[in-house]
Amino acid sequence: MTSAHVLAVVTPYTIPAGLMNVLQVTLLLLVAAGATAVVLIRDPVRQVIMLSMYGVLLAVLFLAFQAPDVTLSELTVGAVALPMLLLLALAKVRRRGK
Amino acid sequence: MTPGQRRWIFLAAMAGLAAFYLWGLRGLPGFGNYPGPYGDIINSIAVAQTKATGVVSAVNFEYRGFDTVGEEFILFVAATGMAVVLRRLRGERERNPDDPTADWAVPPASDAVRLVALIFTGPVVVMGWFLASHAQTSPSGGFQGGVVLATAFFLIYLSGQTLLFRRVSPVDLTEAVEALGAGGFAAIGVSAVAMGLPYLKNYLPLGSTPGAVSSSGTIALISFFVGLEVAAAFILIVGEMVDQTLLVRQGDR
Repeated sequence: MTSAHVLAVVTPYTIPAGLMNVLQVTLLLLVAAGATAVVLIRDPVRQVIMLSMYGVLLAVLFLAFQAPDVTLSELTVGAVALPMLLLLALAKVRRRGK
Repeated sequence: MTPGQRRWIFLAAMAGLAAFYLWGLRGLPGFGNYPGPYGDIINSIAVAQTKATGVVSAVNFEYRGFDTVGEEFILFVAATGMAVVLRRLRGERERNPDDPTADWAVPPASDAVRLVALIFTGPVVVMGWFLASHAQTSPSGGFQGGVVLATAFFLIYLSGQTLLFRRVSPVDLTEAVEALGAGGFAAIGVSAVAMGLPYLKNYLPLGSTPGAVSSSGTIALISFFVGLEVAAAFILIVGEMVDQTLLVRQGDR
């Protein structure tokens, strides 16, 4: 059975395979760089902002690997909800530290 | 133990881990190759069987619906546990977020932030609702839709409207919606059992057109309840955290 028979919805556009490979490799490298940056940044607030950017990178990566469902989840949880929880926790800790 | 010895133990452990890791990598299928039969089987039968073109949703809410019930209740229990742990304790009082005399170290939200929040709140609500109600047609679903919906409430908070955030998402109402969402999912499954069918059996009419919003039977309904539960759970969790930043413990200033 070829993939054309399996797919129920035919996407109206396609990206050439070579270009897609370049995109995927680039995104993998960016995600690795982003993760390293999150670990290396020592100031908690900056770290959280970088974590949010890392969430966006991961979301784009998932999109390039044909997982749009996961992209939506990662975009909202990784780039918005998790950094927001951490920022709120930091705000609380700083208040008590004063 | 000297730092030198510790480094040697670390290096030995790292070498062992790397060896096992590389050994494991060698057994993996090649990049982009999928050896298993199940994905191909699902791809070829799911649309005809469930009339849902969002095959991921069909897997989540029908073929693997029982797993999703468990995941749903993980989030439910997490949010409930958070509400219990972060409840207001004796000797804690809440400060007024708009009190100018308090040592409110956080400056008010800038006009730029408020404008962005104002512009995005409406579209984010529409987007979340769209995602939660179109699990059966396109890549989306209750989880994604619910989190996006909750983000609209976070935008209200980010624009500096802490009191408004609390007013549009009172804890009692949020908890009730969360329980309704989690219970609704489980109840759909139990209602199938009551009719003598297997748990979570898709017994509603599937519709005839694959990809129509009204198609796919219980998949769309379950996605709706998951959307409710996820949105409420996230609002509850962030709401508890927001309340914590306003709490003052006795002895603190």
